[in-house]
Formats: sequence, C-alpha cells, structure tokens
Amino acid sequence: MPMRGEDIITAIETALPGAKVELTDLAGDDNHWAARVTAEQFAGKSRVQQHKMVYAAFGDKMGGELHALQVTTVVPT
Amino acid sequence: MADTNEKIASLVGDNDVVLFMKGTPLFPQCGFSSRAVAILDHCGVQYESVDVLQDMEIRQGIKAYSDWPTIPQLYIKGEFVGGSDIMMEMFEAGELKQLLDESGAAKA
Repeated sequence: MPMRGEDIITAIETALPGAKVELTDLAGDDNHWAARVTAEQFAGKSRVQQHKMVYAAFGDKMGGELHALQVTTVVPT
Repeated sequence: MADTNEKIASLVGDNDVVLFMKGTPLFPQCGFSSRAVAILDHCGVQYESVDVLQDMEIRQGIKAYSDWPTIPQLYIKGEFVGGSDIMMEMFEAGELKQLLDESGAAKA
C-alpha cells in the first residue's frame, strides 16, 4: 500500500513542528511525490542533515511503503 | 555485514567518484538513479557506478553505511555527498562541479 499524500504531510509536520510542507503528486499515481519543506529546524544544518531530518519522519517506510519522495529543503528567511 | 562494510569502504576509497544506483548508467532502473546519471554525465566526469540491484548485501549495506535510506547515493573522495535531490540542488548552484573539480576526478 503506498502512502497517502495527507499522511506524508502529517508525518513531516509531526517530525518537524511548525514546518511548511508543499506536496506535489509527480506522476498522478499517489506513489511518486515531491515535498518542499520549509522549516526553522534546518537552520545551520548541512543539506544531508536537512534531508535526513525529513527522511526520519518516515522511519523504515522510506524506500518501502513510501516508494518515491523527492525532497527539497528550505530554511525560512 | 562487516564484509559488506569493508567492500563499500574500499569501493568509495579506491574511486574518486562513485554512484550507487539501481541499474547501470546506460540502463537506469529508477527515475532518481536516471537523474543522478544525467547530472554526472553533464558534469563530464568519470565515475564508478555500482548497481545495487545486483547485490542485495550492498543494497542494504549502503543504507547503513551512510545512514541514508534511499538509492542513488553519490560519494566523492570517500565522502557521502547526497542523493539525487541534493545532487540536483548542488548542480544548479554550481557547487557540484566545484566539488568534482577540487576532487581531481578525471574528465569523461
């Protein structure tokens, strides 16, 4: 079962309170997603660290139940 | 597991640029791997590619090695750089080219 879009948003918002998440269904199949995440928590972190913080929201679902998630991280200005 | 870690360490240690991917540069088996290949090709650099679909131990081991849950993964000079999203961001910012130039990686 692929992950639903609203569940993806909820998972990220739970892991990173206050984050803004814009989710795009890349292929129109509820299975390939792009998330643009804007969060204060990213400040001062490297790109790798920022992406790991987003991946951490999904635990071991990443790469399994959540098949394809393109991630862009943004530090709010 | 220890063997897999050693194998990965020697792959990323012996090659300036290594891409762990699904499929091969000619026949990528996943959109993200395909994007990673396109970026490296565009940078005009020689790189070693490892098809994780051919080796389950590496496929799992590489995720633990870098503490990164997805494939593809790019390593330059033994350092984990990121997945395809980070590669794209760095490419667009000119940072990837700079990092590759500094690494002394051979031109393709």
